[in-house]
Amino acid sequence: MTMTLRDIINKLLRRQPASASTARERLQLVLAHDRSDLSTELLDQMRKEILEVVAKYVEIDVDEGAVSLETEDRMTALVANLPIKRTMTGQIQLKEPTNQSEEETESTDQKS
Amino acid sequence: MATDTRVILICSGKGGVGKTTLTANLGISLARQGLTTAVLDADFGLRNLDLLLGLENRIVYTAQEVLEEECRLDQALVKHKQESNLSLLPAGNPRMLDWLKPDDMKRIVDMLKEQFNYVLIDCPAGVEDGFKNAMAASQEAIVVTNPEVSAVRDADRVIGLLNTNSIKPVQLVLNRVRPKMMANQEMLSIEDVTDILALPLLGLVLEDEQVIVSTNRGEPLTLNSVNSPAAKCYLNIAKRLQGENIPLIDPLEESSGFGAKFRRLMQTKIF
Ligand SMILES: Nc1ncnc2c1ncn2[C@@H]1O[C@H](COP(=O)(O)OP(=O)(O)O)[C@@H](O)[C@H]1O
Ligand SMILES: [Mg+2]
Repeated sequence: MTMTLRDIINKLLRRQPASASTARERLQLVLAHDRSDLSTELLDQMRKEILEVVAKYVEIDVDEGAVSLETEDRMTALVANLPIKRTMTGQIQLKEPTNQSEEETESTDQKS
Repeated sequence: MATDTRVILICSGKGGVGKTTLTANLGISLARQGLTTAVLDADFGLRNLDLLLGLENRIVYTAQEVLEEECRLDQALVKHKQESNLSLLPAGNPRMLDWLKPDDMKRIVDMLKEQFNYVLIDCPAGVEDGFKNAMAASQEAIVVTNPEVSAVRDADRVIGLLNTNSIKPVQLVLNRVRPKMMANQEMLSIEDVTDILALPLLGLVLEDEQVIVSTNRGEPLTLNSVNSPAAKCYLNIAKRLQGENIPLIDPLEESSGFGAKFRRLMQTKIF
């Protein structure tokens, strides 16, 4: 996204941005949807499923996660922005392994 | 006989953005350069090209009679009074829309190609049959738009269709540019529109009251008022079509003085 000197001054003075930048942003959004023919329902469904898959592996901030369409040079991309929660020590928080085979090995470990 | 005729579709999606005005003025400008040019009114529902060229009283036959073989092509063509290199093929009855097929448009354009260097097709608004028929007969296209959200959005639809139908090149004309509003960033900039639509810019046309005056008279600006701001733009577009390297006017240069300098400063991109 580009910002001009006027945009910055408007921001500092808490004025409404000049309407051209609003027009540009609204167009970019609406065209990404027009070009992909994806309905908002489908996009929402996809967002939900993508979040579910990723949440299996890492702890993510579900409320902050966003999946959106972006378009540039007539190429449309599906962009997922999924903030990963960090542990106190700054490490990425991996999920406890939950699938069956792992549980089985754990239980055999306990027996021996 | 012309051998390498250029057949150019002039389209926009949205209505009222300036297709017919551009077709008329490009027709005159190209004819002025000595190029034989046919303008074909493909807006059968709401024909207007005859009126803009001041030829409405000289129509005897139309594209319809040519297709129905009730007359020869040269009987239907209306030669312009002052620019004899320019001819109009008028649109027929609106009921033509009921039966016209892409092949009919191709037949007409093939006939025109035998006689002219340029065939400019003034396209109807919308992306339905009228547009698709006209597109079927075209090789290249000029998309006309205004620096407004609805016009740009509709142009994008049309560009998508032109791309899937392998029309090329597709070039952009940005019409009704208001330098002062652009400088105040209250109008999408040239760069905004070309970036969003990802098309090369063939030219821009300034907002100009004289356009209305010339329409009233049925004399395109490029015919008699060549010094009006919009006329210069149209003439430049015609030259660029012919491969001349004419620099774009900078809309910010159009307004001068301290105010303009300040507005230019405010447009500086920070990031
Ligand atoms: N550069 C311009 N400056 C001022 N008025 C314009 C300009 N271009 C077009 N117009 C006006 O806009 C209206 C629509 O133009 P027209 O060429 O008929 O559009 P379209 O064929 O796309 O429907 C007309 O009233 C015309 O006079
Ligand atoms: Mg028109």
